[in-house]
Amino acid sequence: MSLIEIDDLSVTFNAKGREVRAVEGVSLSVAARESYGLVGESGSGKSTILRALCGLAPVTGGSIRIGGEVLRMPRGPGFSRRVQMVFQDPYASLHPRHTIDRTLSEPLAIHGIGGSDAKVVKALTDVGLPTSFRFRYPHQLSGGQRQRVAIARALMLEPEILLLDEPTSALDASVQAEVLNLLDRLRAERGLTFLMVSHDLAVIDHMCDRVLVMQHGRAVEELARDDLAAARMTTAYARSLFEASADRMLDPAKAPA
Amino acid sequence: MSLLEVQNLRVTFDTETGPVQAVRGVSFSLGRERLGIVGESGSGKTMTGRSVLRLIRPPGRIEADRMVFDGQDLMAASERDMRALRGKRIGMVMQDPKYSLNPVMNVGEQLTEGLRRRDRIGGAEARAKAIAALEAVQIRDPERVMAAYPHELSGGMGQRVMIAMMLIPEPDLLIADEPTSALDVTVQAEVLSILDALVRDRGMGLIFISHDLRLVGRFCDRVLVMYKGRVVEELEAKHLTEAQHPYTRGLLNCLPRIGGPRGPLPGLDRSGDWAQEGVA
Repeated sequence: MSLIEIDDLSVTFNAKGREVRAVEGVSLSVAARESYGLVGESGSGKSTILRALCGLAPVTGGSIRIGGEVLRMPRGPGFSRRVQMVFQDPYASLHPRHTIDRTLSEPLAIHGIGGSDAKVVKALTDVGLPTSFRFRYPHQLSGGQRQRVAIARALMLEPEILLLDEPTSALDASVQAEVLNLLDRLRAERGLTFLMVSHDLAVIDHMCDRVLVMQHGRAVEELARDDLAAARMTTAYARSLFEASADRMLDPAKAPA
Repeated sequence: MSLLEVQNLRVTFDTETGPVQAVRGVSFSLGRERLGIVGESGSGKTMTGRSVLRLIRPPGRIEADRMVFDGQDLMAASERDMRALRGKRIGMVMQDPKYSLNPVMNVGEQLTEGLRRRDRIGGAEARAKAIAALEAVQIRDPERVMAAYPHELSGGMGQRVMIAMMLIPEPDLLIADEPTSALDVTVQAEVLSILDALVRDRGMGLIFISHDLRLVGRFCDRVLVMYKGRVVEELEAKHLTEAQHPYTRGLLNCLPRIGGPRGPLPGLDRSGDWAQEGVA
């Protein structure tokens, strides 16, 4: 049985009396310990799926099940212990007036878990940050360091599932490599399940076993990793994304004359 | 003859904790070609681009042994001379259309403002020129876009409007600072081909500033790689894969590739001599 089962999911917003269909009839399933990618351009609905999972966007059709159970509104504390999310912009997702210590210990306090002192220190070490960062504020950290804090925060409650919304698109290439390596290592060590969103096909390919290509709120094509690498896509849109992907550009065979 | 020549450019910010050098002695020259400047955040690439237009506000200072654009000394030019150059002869496309377009003016007014104020062109003629500029950047419905406000446009459309705005005065040199970073990959390809056609057809010089080494390698003729305010390597774009400098190599290697190996990505080793402060 799959850990995450999304069946015919639709998300419709009402904006100024106009219906905006952000996601229309998308189905996917992610097995435990699998890493699943969602790729597409802005407005394709990939982030909305993650937000609907968390209860941040309204589910107007279809169902989302985690471990066989249909998710209820509101999500409740049990959900937070199983599923956590890392957001795109590390400059916006950390409270600017809270120290790193407070940011990391807050989930523990909410869930009534003791021993936060030792857990915060361990969390910082796990994501490769010096423990001296504990009483700093986000503005004293670089973008990559902040994203490590956001990952540490998501792992405080020891969830099974991590939802990653463009976790490296705000970072420099070398920092992106470090954060991707960190995520890979944590997934292996803790047996995490990833549902990851990115517009960068190369990042998705590096991190994920399977990928769903989306466009205009609909699923276009699901590809296994081998099929993506061998360019065995069947739809024109998936192919155009593949051809435009930046890493194709240095391929000598493809370089323009 | 080269269009722009920069020798030993330095940008210094005087802060409470002493002077901080954002650009430390950058030299390059540019003909009617596409020059890419690549580096990570904080490498001084944007500051280098802005210095050419002398768009650095105090407490920042620009110093250079020589900075000459088409025979005119930019270091000695008065503020009035610089205003005559900005936009008209040297254009600049900024990174984010959301912040660089005026949110309370519609696109038509923004595009014609310069024509009417600077060139003293009448309303109807200015409008015709603006529509032609929008067509040149492949906007399909220019009449609708002219009446739209920036928030009504998508990122790709906004970026094209900015490029159109910069191209109306037909500058000799265009400085594009991350012009495609906020765009989706397929839109990015379109914007690049528009820029490419303009360089070819109008014989314009282009400085293309980006953090994306692979993009620059594909799109430019020549590449300057910057690190901590210095140019660490200059090479022909087509030889980018043969780059020698450890920083350039590190930047190339740390990017994931479709179908690449699954192991950890190589990080950037900053332990070499080149990465230390104060090395000339």
